[in-house]
Amino acid sequence: MNAGPVFEVRDLRFRYEGAERSALDGLSLQVDAGNLYAVIGPNGSGKSTLLKLLLGTLHPSGGRVHYSGRPVDEWSRRALAQRIGVVPQGEETVFPITVREMVGMGRYPHLGLLGRPGPEDREAIEEALQRCDVIEFAERSISKLSGGERQRVLIARALAQRPTTLVLDEPTVSLDIRHEMEIFELLAELSDRDGVTVVLVTHHLNLAARYAERLLLLDRGVPAAEGPPGEVLSKETIERVYQWSVVVSGHPGPGRDEGAPQITPLAR
Amino acid sequence: MARTPLRLLLLAIIAAAVLLLSITVGAAHLPLASVFDALTGGGDETTRTIVLDLRLPRAIVALLVGGALGLAGAVFQALLRNPLAEPWVLGVSGGAAVGAVAAVVLGWGLHAAWSIPLAALLGALLAIGLVLRIATHAARGLDTRVLILAGLVVAAFFNAIIQLLLTFASGETFRSAVFWMMGSLAAASWTSVFVLSAYLLPGIIVLLLMARPLNLLAVGEETALYLGTRVERVKLAAYLVASLLVAATVAISGIIGFVGLIVPHAIRLMWGSDHRLLLPASVLLGGGFLLAADTAARTVAAPAELPLGVITALVGVPLFVVLLTRRAV
Repeated sequence: MNAGPVFEVRDLRFRYEGAERSALDGLSLQVDAGNLYAVIGPNGSGKSTLLKLLLGTLHPSGGRVHYSGRPVDEWSRRALAQRIGVVPQGEETVFPITVREMVGMGRYPHLGLLGRPGPEDREAIEEALQRCDVIEFAERSISKLSGGERQRVLIARALAQRPTTLVLDEPTVSLDIRHEMEIFELLAELSDRDGVTVVLVTHHLNLAARYAERLLLLDRGVPAAEGPPGEVLSKETIERVYQWSVVVSGHPGPGRDEGAPQITPLAR
Repeated sequence: MARTPLRLLLLAIIAAAVLLLSITVGAAHLPLASVFDALTGGGDETTRTIVLDLRLPRAIVALLVGGALGLAGAVFQALLRNPLAEPWVLGVSGGAAVGAVAAVVLGWGLHAAWSIPLAALLGALLAIGLVLRIATHAARGLDTRVLILAGLVVAAFFNAIIQLLLTFASGETFRSAVFWMMGSLAAASWTSVFVLSAYLLPGIIVLLLMARPLNLLAVGEETALYLGTRVERVKLAAYLVASLLVAATVAISGIIGFVGLIVPHAIRLMWGSDHRLLLPASVLLGGGFLLAADTAARTVAAPAELPLGVITALVGVPLFVVLLTRRAV
């Protein structure tokens, strides 16, 4: 694998058609291989837009986005899909489809139109089902699952791609604390042990602070701060961006993330 | 995975059984033995004429038309992520019918058997374009119910145009045109078999090859993109080819609704919605179903013949209502 940054963004600008102001205005960032990188910020600050630009779904109005050293637009969709697993937000299935079929779709980029699945494909599917703890309902229909279970299935589908990069848009929305923690633990393990580069958008400042190596705090399309959690999550910055009074304390531990900054919003 | 070929084999056997049955029954009942004789060139001349010139081509046309409609329904449903999508409901059949009628009225008589399906294709594409435009305009994104409404509105509009055109037709033309509009295979011949095959077989093969991209599109367009599909290209190709299938069937056999609704739905209920099974299974079951319906159409009230579209609608409409009122499918 090349040693350069996985994502490299320079002076990125984007404006939706007919919109009054830019969704993103002058954003630069770099995500290094094997990092866990979290994008945080208030609603409408441009987080999901940024992900779509990183993935080449939207095209920049200005500036550039590189993936593994090449402009993301120059990659074929299939080549990208062989490298980047995506967990989108708000996917709804209409037709009856089993968990195993859904996770199996993660192998499509490796199979092409007519290729037959081989032992490597089956192994990737089994491993993904196991790691996301969805194997016991592998034959069940997606529509019969709870929100948390469904979310884990989507992550399993991304893992079945055997990606070197994982991009997730609010993967723990509507999950209870156990399932939320399990997903963050899984992401940390993927990044630490398997060297997968993880980029995620989240509203959970405290979990982002504990698990991410670097944070990007977006404020109405411009970076308010970027860097390690301890630098980004200062009382002044958070209060300015979110317009709410907070206290910042250190995570009491125990655990390897003892001392990570933790935000508590104050009552009025 | 080995279940897929077995299931398809089962459907093929059922279709073959319906085929044999449909050749034996009719105004003259022919025992199986004499049907076999006729098929292999033996037997008496009357039986050979009935089997080879009348019933066999008609049965093959029924299989092709039903298979194409079942497949087109499954493809439209995947593209629109909507279990109610179907050529008739979407107005595609109506558009194709206007194209075909216009071609006849404007006197594209030359090579009519081949050119009318093309005129029908133009009408079908016009219809699907209109429906998608209305639906996306009204609902910002494709809302299920708005889409169905748009389809029904466009279908009603095209229906009115056809009726307007028919007002000016002579008595005999009028009668045959009305029968054609209600769906009928009474005019099926070996020529229709050849024309249909030329239009349908390549289209069916292309769509069957798109099973994996359609699996992804049925989940969501964004997901399909992230899993390596060139979404716009696949959608365009699938819409074009599925519309072509509908257009060819309408040109030959008129408007037959609800096959594209009933058939894929039955397969999904039994075997789930993996398109690698769903698409070929819809072809086989659609063919068998329409052949059974046509056999009923020409025998139930013999010597009178019932319109085929009436029979499929009698089965299809109640199912449509059940699907529409029970949201989860």
